[in-house]
Amino acid sequence: MSIQDSVLPQGQPRLALRGISKRFGAIVALDGVDFEVYPGEVVALVGDNGAGKSTLAKIIAGVYHADSGTIAFEGQEVAISSPEAANALGIATVYQDLALCDNLDVVANLFLGREQGPRQLPIALRWTQEDEMERRAREVLSSLSIHLSSLRRPVKQLSGGQRQSVAVGRAVLWGSKVVLLDEPTAALGVEQTTMVHRLILQLRELGLSVVLISHNLTDVFKVADRIIVLRLGRRVGTFITGQTTTDQVVAAITTGGTEAAEGIV
Amino acid sequence: MRNLLPKVEDSVPHEVVSYSQSLWDKLLNRVRSGEWEPWPVVIGLILTWLLFQSLNGNFLTPRNLSNLVLQTGVVGTLGIGVVLVLLLGEIDLSLGAVCGVCASVLGVLITNLHWPGIPAMLVTLLIGMLIGLLQGAVTVYIGVPSFIVTLGGFLAWQGVQLILLGDAGELIVLDPIVQSFASSYLTVFTSIVLGIFIVAIVLVNLLARRRSRRRAGLEPSSISTAILRLVGVIVGTGVAIILFDAYFGIPYMVVLLLIVVALLTWMTNRSVFGRYVFAIGGNAEAARRAGIHVKTVRLAIFALASTLAALGGILSVSREFAVSTGTGGGTLLLEAIAAAVIGGTSLFGGRGQIYQALLGALVIGSIENGLYLLGQPASTQNIATGIILVIAVSVDALSRRRQQTS
Repeated sequence: MSIQDSVLPQGQPRLALRGISKRFGAIVALDGVDFEVYPGEVVALVGDNGAGKSTLAKIIAGVYHADSGTIAFEGQEVAISSPEAANALGIATVYQDLALCDNLDVVANLFLGREQGPRQLPIALRWTQEDEMERRAREVLSSLSIHLSSLRRPVKQLSGGQRQSVAVGRAVLWGSKVVLLDEPTAALGVEQTTMVHRLILQLRELGLSVVLISHNLTDVFKVADRIIVLRLGRRVGTFITGQTTTDQVVAAITTGGTEAAEGIV
Repeated sequence: MRNLLPKVEDSVPHEVVSYSQSLWDKLLNRVRSGEWEPWPVVIGLILTWLLFQSLNGNFLTPRNLSNLVLQTGVVGTLGIGVVLVLLLGEIDLSLGAVCGVCASVLGVLITNLHWPGIPAMLVTLLIGMLIGLLQGAVTVYIGVPSFIVTLGGFLAWQGVQLILLGDAGELIVLDPIVQSFASSYLTVFTSIVLGIFIVAIVLVNLLARRRSRRRAGLEPSSISTAILRLVGVIVGTGVAIILFDAYFGIPYMVVLLLIVVALLTWMTNRSVFGRYVFAIGGNAEAARRAGIHVKTVRLAIFALASTLAALGGILSVSREFAVSTGTGGGTLLLEAIAAAVIGGTSLFGGRGQIYQALLGALVIGSIENGLYLLGQPASTQNIATGIILVIAVSVDALSRRRQQTS
């Protein structure tokens, strides 16, 4: 599945970080990094261990605070002070562990912490509107082309790819505009990985911005529109997936050289 | 682009577990997913009853069954508290001692201070709740494991009980309202009205759920399951009423337990709070990230479990007309934990139902009662209960492992 038909991003980025720096003691994790993702775009954030990609992801997710630099969400300068603040803006992070409750069913997991019910009652007396929740869950999952035989099975009975779908579905259900995926295929087999690729492309179809953090360049070339390479805390390369080769990206990751596509964006 | 994205089920057929299988597979699936959890225990209970009846014709008499139910009331009430803390993946070892100390408080209030029954019982429940809040706060806010906090509580409240009961070590409690739970019975007419009421509630509930699903545009749950459930409730209620009425009738204690079980079942299975309890038991970190106030929920559960232990203390006084240094002691706590686990509640958190405490208590009570009728000593009863407990936990551990590897 090639991405040749993808268009170059235009207009205003949905999320733009400028000149982000972050130190941990004497270690400079990020040094003046820019990052941007557009609506309906899949951006892969790649780099070797210690390149700074997970630090950058955690700054976007509100877990870390940048020492300097600015963040703009849909053109407005914002401060992402906490994970809750990130969620409130519409930035959802799907961590590798997926944060699912294995003993609860799909619907309960999708709505966890935001159950529908009569708001005026205290939570011990507030019933959950299960059927309404199930209906909405079904809508969202089918918009992602996820078809599960039953939404009332505990998620521990689902496959790895289906579990990933549920975690991503949660982000979509709550109207997130940017979805960060942290190594989504790390623990998956071939078939499950294909399923996650489709899911990512479907998110793009829905106009969401996807930030894919991955070690796996095969993944990246299958689904990403652009590839941003970090090396030793700096952004050393930006590639349009359809116009680049794996070797170029690998070279950027390992030596920081071959800035073939730098400046296109 | 959309046509490049085939539906997941088209290209990955075995991703989807087909439910259009044989009836046997359907049954197996249900048992595995825990949907039919009570049946193995219920069948085990019936087999136990038939075994004891064949060995001693007095076992299945209305008189003995009525006694059996009263005997299991205290263990069952504590067991409900155990189910609640186990759902969170916690434990409370102090429930027996709390039961004893609250029974002593009730004794002191009524016998020494001459309080009337109802305010004395309310204060007793309140003290149970405060004990739970205290222990829960130490567990939740200081971070001491609940095992240790409640082990400390177990020892400390036993000490308080000894102080309250003084040198005599016993208080006779003669209050008509307190005694009524274990020694007053519904009239035949009232018990039939109660039975019809229960069946009506179940029926209305089934109809409402079907209508709600249809309104949301979902396929309704299977009508055969609904009818089966309704028939089960009618038969169960009918048999229970006939048996109880063949002796003195339905004891007030049974009505009280039914109300407690109904309310708490609703809370755990239908309310947002209950959803949070299951979520925390399943994955506390995920619950926290979802914005659930994990600490508040845990604190509330410790308080609720302790309040139930206080209720157990009241029921114990009601049955024995007295409280002694032995009240709440002995194997009571261990039997309550065993009741919850034998009933099917997982020791590992996130799986269990309120009624399972009563079911498990009934199993333990039946074994004790049956072996007693056969003239077996307490040693045999303990050995039998112990073996059954280990079997029940093994089943839990095995089903857990199978679910993880499947």
